[in-house]
Amino acid sequence: MTDTGAPQKGRMEDRRRDGAASDGGLGADIPGADSLRADRSLAGRFWADFSRADSLRADRRRADRELLERALAGRFPKPRLISPARLDPFADDDFDSLEAPPAAEESTVGAGGGFWRDALLRLRKNTGAVLGAACIAAIVAMAVVGPMLSPYRYDEQIVGNDSMAPRVPGIERLGFLDGGETLKTSTGSASVNKYRDRPDGDGLYYWFGSDTLGRDIFTRTWEGTRISLFVALVAVVADILFGVGYGFVSGYFGGKTDIVMQRAVEVVNGIPTLVIVTLLILVLKPGLLSVTLTIMLTGWIGMSRMARAQMLKIKGREYVLAARALGAGHLSLIFREIAPNVFGQLLIMSMFSVPGAIFTEAFLAFIGIGIPVPMASLGSMISEAFKSMTVHPYMLVFPVAVLAALMLSFNMLADGLRDALDPKMRDL
Amino acid sequence: MGAYIAKRVMLSFATLLAVLFILFMLMDLMPGSPFNDEKQTPEQIARSIALYGLDKPWPARFGRYALNMLTGNFGVSYVISKNIPVTDLLKTRFAVSARIGLQAVALGASLGVLLGVASAIRHNTLLDRACALVSVIGISIPSYVFALTLSYAAGFKLGWFPLLYQPKQAIASSVLPTVALSLGPMASLARFSRAEMLDAMDSDYIQLAKSKGVHGPRLIASHMLRNAMIPIVTVLAPLVVGLMTGSLVIEKIFSVPGIGSLLITAIQSNDYNVAITLSFIYCAMYIGFMLIVDILYGVIDPRIRLVKEAGFHD
Repeated sequence: MTDTGAPQKGRMEDRRRDGAASDGGLGADIPGADSLRADRSLAGRFWADFSRADSLRADRRRADRELLERALAGRFPKPRLISPARLDPFADDDFDSLEAPPAAEESTVGAGGGFWRDALLRLRKNTGAVLGAACIAAIVAMAVVGPMLSPYRYDEQIVGNDSMAPRVPGIERLGFLDGGETLKTSTGSASVNKYRDRPDGDGLYYWFGSDTLGRDIFTRTWEGTRISLFVALVAVVADILFGVGYGFVSGYFGGKTDIVMQRAVEVVNGIPTLVIVTLLILVLKPGLLSVTLTIMLTGWIGMSRMARAQMLKIKGREYVLAARALGAGHLSLIFREIAPNVFGQLLIMSMFSVPGAIFTEAFLAFIGIGIPVPMASLGSMISEAFKSMTVHPYMLVFPVAVLAALMLSFNMLADGLRDALDPKMRDL
Repeated sequence: MGAYIAKRVMLSFATLLAVLFILFMLMDLMPGSPFNDEKQTPEQIARSIALYGLDKPWPARFGRYALNMLTGNFGVSYVISKNIPVTDLLKTRFAVSARIGLQAVALGASLGVLLGVASAIRHNTLLDRACALVSVIGISIPSYVFALTLSYAAGFKLGWFPLLYQPKQAIASSVLPTVALSLGPMASLARFSRAEMLDAMDSDYIQLAKSKGVHGPRLIASHMLRNAMIPIVTVLAPLVVGLMTGSLVIEKIFSVPGIGSLLITAIQSNDYNVAITLSFIYCAMYIGFMLIVDILYGVIDPRIRLVKEAGFHD
């Protein structure tokens, strides 16, 4: 009711007047009835004009045709009949009739292979994703063979070989990565090459340098990468086990189960991850096991939401109904009918939790409650190198570069995979 | 609207209680006892336990604990500064953290939205590609890696800003932490606002506005951006929260005397009371932010409110 009072009142009065008029007689008093009649006569007149013009036009057309026929009558000779044999220069056996070629099947479908092949095709067009995948492959390969390539062990401390700058055979001749570094002190800066200052320094090589305790940074970097990749694997497993399980149960059973389970998720989601992770580690005692456990316990919530949404989408489909009508139980419906249809997508979605897990591990290591001391992790290496950053910046460069490359690659690959699976979900 | 707000507040309160319970359990599980004095006889220990109410069943203990925490009675610090109430430790530090946090939010949000809008308007151009690259890098690179790079390059090599926080030059020394903190929110916002702007540019009301002759900054600011802002506000809350946890390491790197670095110090020196208190404050702030944003976007966009009231979630 947005009208003000006055016009409304006016309308009421109009209506009352109309009622009174219809009581009186056949609309004699209705205002505007006269103009309506005038209208009708106007329309009638227009219609009459129109039909008269039409008949005139038809007459004129008939006259035109007669004129034309009369004019053409004498001008052209009548056609004579020619015998077909004289007209046709070909003999009967000049032509062979061929069998009609078998009708080629019209292709309305693309090459077979379906969903995954399409996704792969789309993925291969995505430069970022391809680069990411290649980078991950390279890092994984180095994590596997890297520690074996160098002559040092990751926890081997060689007294006297501490803080050696990077030196790589071959490249050192270019005046780059030759073991030299510039040290800055309050009195000025000086170029130092520890390898040259030692009698036995000739055959000594630390590809990424050595840390303040005389450990090889190359070996430790790839050892640390192993930890990061292990954590990534753990995150995916946790996503699939807890996240998908929780989401499936919540979505499948629906109703009160769903409400209770979603409220619980909202409550757990209300706690910042890093805080809860930190506190859990304090209770569980720092170590690889507790880091793994906390990442498993905290990382699955986003996944559970996605799994629940997928379940809600799929469980109303006809084939699920059909299976249920045939007597399939809950377990059979979830695992035989629904899971195979969404599992691949969910697996790929779980890639998104990988960067987060790697970050969490590196964060814990950085604040000193991650992997215990002799072991290496990218985060703990960065944390240690940070202390001598202004003196020996090279100690920081390699772990930081590998960590950044790893996270960037996983993000780009996950983005590409999502776009490839469902182009509509881009920019989600 | 009233029912909606009431529901959100109730849910937030439940979350807060859950947080308190988890913290309580963790405290209970943590190793060590306050009465580990060898000089005391078992009777004396039993008496102290009774004195502090530790012999009561856990629901009673939890009730007392929750009451203490909610009324701001956080106990004393054990290690960092002995027997000083935790509240006193926090007073000065909180202001520093809040200032840097706010600066980072302001910088990240404005720069992020600006980048997103620019790349949406120059869609599929070199600028767009560059922005996309920046935002992918910003999302992927951990904030502390960026902070280290920044402190090495701008703090140490170039010497533009103080390497470590100095209270005397509060403005100059807060520049690096602010920039380091704002990278993450900036990148996600740039990405998100680009998508939202593209969505808005496709819509009918923009066609209408264009056909009525609206163009240039006016079209962008009051027709596109205004509609794109609704979803952008919804992602601000998680970003602000990410900023809070991000500040843990950033403050440590630039040795900012804020609550983030205090939490790290407390964890490293096993000062449980301080660690638990700070965790509680972080959680409470997080929950508070989520509540504010939930209500805010219920106000901005009535559709969200209706959907949530009807009981559909997600």
